[in-house]
Amino acid sequence: MKIKLAAITDMLSVDAGADRVVPPTGFTARLTVFTAGAMAFLAVFALALSLASGRLASNWRDALAGSATLRISAPVAQLPAQTERALKILSETPGVAEARALDPDEQRALLEPWFGPDLPVESLPVPQLIEVRETGAGYDGAGLRLRLQAELPGAVLDDHTRWRKPLISAAGRLKLLGWLSIVLIFGTMGAMITLAANAALAANAQVIQVLRLVGATDTYIARAFVRRFTLRAAMGAGVGVLAGLLAVLLLPGASSEASILTGLRFQGSHWFLPLLVPLLAAVVAFAATRYAAMRVLGGLR
Amino acid sequence: MPPRARIACRAGLMHYGGRFDNDPYLTGRGAHVIELDEVAYSYGGGELLTDLSLRLAPGSFHFLTGPSGAGKTTFLKLCYGALVPTGGHVRLFSQDVRELDRDGIAFARRRIGVVHQDCQFLDHLPVAENISLPLAVSGQDKLAAQANLKELMNWVGLSHRAHALPPELSGGERQRAALARALILSPDVILADEPTGNVDWEMSQRLLQLLVELNKMGKTIMIATHDLSLIRAAKHHVQARVLRISGRKLQLAGADL
Repeated sequence: MKIKLAAITDMLSVDAGADRVVPPTGFTARLTVFTAGAMAFLAVFALALSLASGRLASNWRDALAGSATLRISAPVAQLPAQTERALKILSETPGVAEARALDPDEQRALLEPWFGPDLPVESLPVPQLIEVRETGAGYDGAGLRLRLQAELPGAVLDDHTRWRKPLISAAGRLKLLGWLSIVLIFGTMGAMITLAANAALAANAQVIQVLRLVGATDTYIARAFVRRFTLRAAMGAGVGVLAGLLAVLLLPGASSEASILTGLRFQGSHWFLPLLVPLLAAVVAFAATRYAAMRVLGGLR
Repeated sequence: MPPRARIACRAGLMHYGGRFDNDPYLTGRGAHVIELDEVAYSYGGGELLTDLSLRLAPGSFHFLTGPSGAGKTTFLKLCYGALVPTGGHVRLFSQDVRELDRDGIAFARRRIGVVHQDCQFLDHLPVAENISLPLAVSGQDKLAAQANLKELMNWVGLSHRAHALPPELSGGERQRAALARALILSPDVILADEPTGNVDWEMSQRLLQLLVELNKMGKTIMIATHDLSLIRAAKHHVQARVLRISGRKLQLAGADL
């Protein structure tokens, strides 16, 4: 159904008379406000989840892209020599911008979550890790592996592809899920408001009959219902968004540890995005109520 | 100017002043306000009315009689576009109801005041707001509307009940309020369905008198009633045709009054 702009403005124009012709209905009013509020609250979370997933995917992509790790496993006594040899090979490899062996403190920090602090990594048969940074053009991974296999059999090149792809894919899907949730939330809100509007229209059948009898047009009759439901949805969504923002604000802030769980807060200008939710709720309520009203009125003479 | 004369004057002005001249649906003004040509109406497989033809001339007064269930209410509903005939043609102000869209029907109803026996009101609104409802839905000027409303409520003797809610009114008061609501837009036609059905004799005479006065102001009146005493009482005041629905058809019931 094509909704013309004039019809929309006419439908939303303030007419105290049109608003008063429909008696106040406490139940549907409360139902609509509550539904809009609850859905807006959930929408804020879905939005936060979606944006956080997007950030996460982006961070992982940036952090892991263009980097690789060379792991050298050898007896402790041979490790420095093999490390030096590996660094030399890497420095001779086209496409490698930088290669740096992690110092014992950095290796200890990596192992700390599992073994605790003060681990004597120097005296343990812990592989030496070399962080490799690529140039923009990148290096020939297959060629480098063959050379390493020939000269340093204990060296394993890990270009992070194995980790990066599923992580980025998972984050991307999480982001998509967030947006899908938002669409579903607004779809559900529209369906529930349609049901509430249908209930209100059925409860006011006599009012509609009287209005038709005295020459009211469908637009006039629908306006009373549409304005009421639109305002209720916007009001409920406004409260829901405030509650949602407060809840998101109370979540732990982003940190280096467990960033999937702690990075759900909005960041920067994203804090303003939830403010669009009441507007969207009003649009959904307008369309749902108008559809319900015109459908019911169209069935009457 | 006495209130009744002012009402008449305003009714005349509103009628001929072109209030609906911009109405795209109703610009055509034929010789008859409502026309029925070989109208039939069927419902649920059975034919309720058949071969009805009638032309309501402006300023005419008609009674419609017939036994209960004969189809008087159905006939009136056909006359204000609440029902679409299953056969034949109904024309409201020269427009075939089948050609009128929903807004067109709504605009036509603003020129036809309808009074039902059960006088449906919006029970949550005071009497004054119920009576002025047609003004509100047609977007009339509020100041002029207030003046109209006051005079009309005085005329039907309800000015002291302006703030009462419809359920608080007596049967006679409800009928007068329904009549006032039907008149507030100064319609060309008044269709009344058993307007005296729920009131005592004295009140029915008062309502009849109001309808006769409206007819003298040029309004076309049709009253559906099974109350023959009301029809007899009217003959002293007005020239009216008495129609009867019998055997699904419309007949002229004896001599005109």
